[in-house]
Amino acid sequence: MGKDGTDDRLVIKGVEFSSRLWVGTGKYRSNEEMALALEASGTDVVTVSVRRVDLKRAAGSLLNYIDLKKVKILPNTAGCYSVEDALRYARLGREAGLSDMVKLEVIGDEKTLFPDVIGLLKATETLAKEGFIVFPYTNDDPIMARRLVDAGAACVMPLGAPIGSGLGIRNPYNIKIILETLNIPVVVDAGVGTASDAAIAMELGCDAVLINTGIAGAADAVAMAGAMKHAVMAGRLSYRAGRIPKKLYATASSPLEGMLL
Amino acid sequence: MRLKVNGELIECSAGTVAALLEELGVSAPAVAVEVNLAIVKKKDFGTFALKEDDQVEIVNFVGGG
Repeated sequence: MGKDGTDDRLVIKGVEFSSRLWVGTGKYRSNEEMALALEASGTDVVTVSVRRVDLKRAAGSLLNYIDLKKVKILPNTAGCYSVEDALRYARLGREAGLSDMVKLEVIGDEKTLFPDVIGLLKATETLAKEGFIVFPYTNDDPIMARRLVDAGAACVMPLGAPIGSGLGIRNPYNIKIILETLNIPVVVDAGVGTASDAAIAMELGCDAVLINTGIAGAADAVAMAGAMKHAVMAGRLSYRAGRIPKKLYATASSPLEGMLL
Repeated sequence: MRLKVNGELIECSAGTVAALLEELGVSAPAVAVEVNLAIVKKKDFGTFALKEDDQVEIVNFVGGG
């Protein structure tokens, strides 16, 4: 692995990711802005949602704005509140996209959008058996993360904070425990509001970060996409470099030897 | 023939999924189709026969996180 991080690749179930910043495609002001943000982010994987085709107007397909030669499509099951719905959307997403990857969401509550982890576990198990590469969006609960691994998850995606909240990594200690407990990739999903949040996730040792609102909702989405790219790279490099331990008192950086008496 | 497509009743002459997509002007690069809650594989679009009162869902990808 190069010290500059350029060949520090992430591989999940044989799928290689050159970028550790994963980007959502929702909430941009226009498809054009989204395309520019994706380019600025340097990402090679984007999440998308499965929805009815609008038969009344010929809306331009989202995929016309994504360079499918460079970028992988990761369908999600956002908006699903039951196992049955999540399975249905995952299967439709696979059929539409011809990829086995799914970002699995089983939502438990409209206000918090926190995952229904019991439903999530059931859906993960079923989809893994059907050959899906399952990326479940889950709580920052280390025990649940382990159960998802047992159920066949390819990685786990603990939330940093509620979806779209921009509150950052609210429980870095739990994320750290998840990282120490599991031997599969951990991708922080949701809550990242600004570049330092992304850097913190990566400094903890997370394998990647998925951001949507933090980029799309910024006053200048394209500029924020660039900021997130650098933050993720800096955080990853910092993690691999090995930070100094925190201490309460000072340790001089300059030598005492040679000082004038 | 009467079909329910994406929640709306329509009258159409299409006999297969492929013909229905053409009649509706759906040319998205990545669509998936369900008929009566069962997915129809892309390779079967041309042969899968639709019948009166079938419930059809046609989906594609939109922006999401």
